[in-house]
Amino acid sequence: MSGPQPVTTFGHHVRLSLPRADFSVSVDLSLPARGITVLFGPSGSGKTSVLRCIAGLERAQNSRIRMGAEVWQDDAAGVFLPAWRRPLGYVFQEASLFEHLNVQGNLDYGLKRSKAPRARHALDEAIELLGISPLLARRTATLSGGERQRVAIARALATAPGLLLLDEPLASLDHARRQEVLPWLERLRDELQIPIIYVTHASDELARLADHLVVLERGQVKAAGPTDTVLAEIEHPVLQGEEVGVLLSGRIVERDEHWQLARVALDGASLWLRDTGAPLGRSVRLRVLARDVSLCSAEPQHSSIQNQLPCVIESMAPDLHPSQLLVRVRCGASVLVARITRRAAASLGLQAGQAAWAQLKSVAVMA
Amino acid sequence: MPFTPEALQAIWLTLKLATLTTVFLLLLALPLAWWLAHTRSRWRAPINALLTLPLVLPPTVLGFYLLVAMGPHGPLGHLTQTLGWGLFSFTFTGLLIGSMVFSLPFALQPLQHAFASLGPRPMEVAATLRAHPLDAFFTVALPLARPGLITAAILTFAHTVGEFGVVLMIGGNIPGQTRVVSTQIYGHVEAMEYAQAHWLAGSMVAFSFVVLLALTLVQRRADRPTIRVSP
Repeated sequence: MSGPQPVTTFGHHVRLSLPRADFSVSVDLSLPARGITVLFGPSGSGKTSVLRCIAGLERAQNSRIRMGAEVWQDDAAGVFLPAWRRPLGYVFQEASLFEHLNVQGNLDYGLKRSKAPRARHALDEAIELLGISPLLARRTATLSGGERQRVAIARALATAPGLLLLDEPLASLDHARRQEVLPWLERLRDELQIPIIYVTHASDELARLADHLVVLERGQVKAAGPTDTVLAEIEHPVLQGEEVGVLLSGRIVERDEHWQLARVALDGASLWLRDTGAPLGRSVRLRVLARDVSLCSAEPQHSSIQNQLPCVIESMAPDLHPSQLLVRVRCGASVLVARITRRAAASLGLQAGQAAWAQLKSVAVMA
Repeated sequence: MPFTPEALQAIWLTLKLATLTTVFLLLLALPLAWWLAHTRSRWRAPINALLTLPLVLPPTVLGFYLLVAMGPHGPLGHLTQTLGWGLFSFTFTGLLIGSMVFSLPFALQPLQHAFASLGPRPMEVAATLRAHPLDAFFTVALPLARPGLITAAILTFAHTVGEFGVVLMIGGNIPGQTRVVSTQIYGHVEAMEYAQAHWLAGSMVAFSFVVLLALTLVQRRADRPTIRVSP
C-alpha cells in the first residue's frame, strides 16, 4: 500500500476533515497535474462529501485546499473561497441541466461568467471532445440520459476550469447508456490538460478510467497511488471476489490477419489477444482478472492457452475463501495476480521467489 | 349603459389597487419566500405562522388592527406623521398597505413552495459555473420558479379584487379614493339598485372564473411531463 505522494511533486493538494453522523471524513491527497484520479469506495464512504468540500459546496473543518499557486481554503489562515469563486468544473450524479435553457444556453451559462480568457476555446474543445454539436439547439428535456451527462460535462468545461470534479456521472444511467458515455470520458482523460477527480463505486469505471486511485472507507484513505500498483496489492485487495485483478498497459505491435489476433507488447512481456481492429502502435489498457490466471511450476507443453509467461512469484496471501490464495507474480516489469487453491500451491510447492509460468485464460482490453 | 360612472370609477380603482398590490407584494414576498424556503432558523416556524395569519383571520379583525395601527395613535400612524406623510387611514395608500397584508399568504405560499421544490441543486450548479448567489437567484432560481411566480401574481391580484372587509374597515367608502367594486356592489344593494349590482356582481363572477381557469392552465403547464418532439 503506497501512501499519498509528497506534495513537492504535485501542484494540487487537498487536506480536509469533515465530521459526519457516524464517522468523520478525513483525507490528505495530492493530485497529479493531469489524468483521472478515481475516488473509489462503497456507498456512504464519504466520497461525495470530499468532492463537495473541494468544490466549496460544503465546508470542511481544519482544512487546506491548494490548487497550484491558489489557496481555496485554509482554515488556519481564515481563507475560504465560496464555490462560485473556485475555478473548477463540477458534474453532479444526475445531470442537473437548467431546464429553462436549451443546450446552448446551458453551455453559455458558465462561459459568460468565466474570467478565463481561454473559456471560449475550452467550450469549443469540449463540444468537439464530447460530440455534442448536433445537440446545441435541443431543449434539455428532449435529451437522453447519456446526452444529458455529456452536455453537463461540456458545460462544466466551458468555464475553462483548473480542476474537473465528476460525482458518479454514470450512476444514473443504465448499462447501455454507460457504455455510450465511457468512451467520451476516456477521450477527456487522454486530451484534457487538467486533473480530474472522479467519484465512483463501480469497478468497471475504475478499471477503464483511473490513472490514479484513492480508496476511501468510512471516510479514511485506505489506499492511494497509481492504479496498477494499488490494484496489484493482494494483502488487502481493493476490489473483492471476482473483481480481483490487475491493469496492464501495452501497445499493439503486431497483427496476425490469418488468426485474427493482435500482439500487445507489455513492459517485459507480450500477449496475443483478439484483434479488435485497433491500429498498430495504439496504446491499450488491459485488465487481467485473478480468476483468469493460473500457474504452472514448469513450462506448460500442451495447453490451449496461448498466453504463457515465465514469471517469478513475489508473494502469496489468503483470499476470501479459506481454500484459495492470491499469488502475486512478476513477468518482467509487469505484475499479475493469480487465484489458485491452497492445495494447488502445496502440491506444486509454490513459494515466494520461485520461478513459475503464468497462463492467462482471458484478458479484457479496456481501451 | 350597464355601468354607471361611479361603477366604472370603482372598477378602475379596483384594477389599480390590485395591480399595485401585486407588484409591491411580489417584491416583498420574493426575498421573504426565499428565506423561509431555505432558513434553518428556529424563528422560521413562528414567523411562518405569523405571515399566514391573514389567511385565517376574519378580514374585519385584520382591518380593525390595521386601522388602529395607521390611526393617529398607532405605531404606523406615528411613523407616517413623523415623516410628514400624514395619516394613511381612509386613503388609497392605506388601502394598498392593507391589501398587501391581506394578500400576503397568497403571494408567499406559492413562491415558498416553488423555491423549496427546486431543492439546493440548481443553485449549487450555478455556483460551480461561477455565478454569484444573487446572479444565480435571478438567472436560475427565478426562471425555474416561474409557475410559482405566476400563481402568486394571479392569486394576489384576484384576492385583492375580491376583498371587502379590510377595505371597509380601513378605507371607508370614498368614491375615487377607496370605493372599489366590492364596496360599490354593497352600496348598490343598500340602495336597492339591483340592476347595477347585478352587472357588477356578474362581472366579478366572470372575472374570477377566468382567473381560476388561467391558474389551472398555468399549473398544468408546469406539471406536464416535459416530453416534446425535438425540432
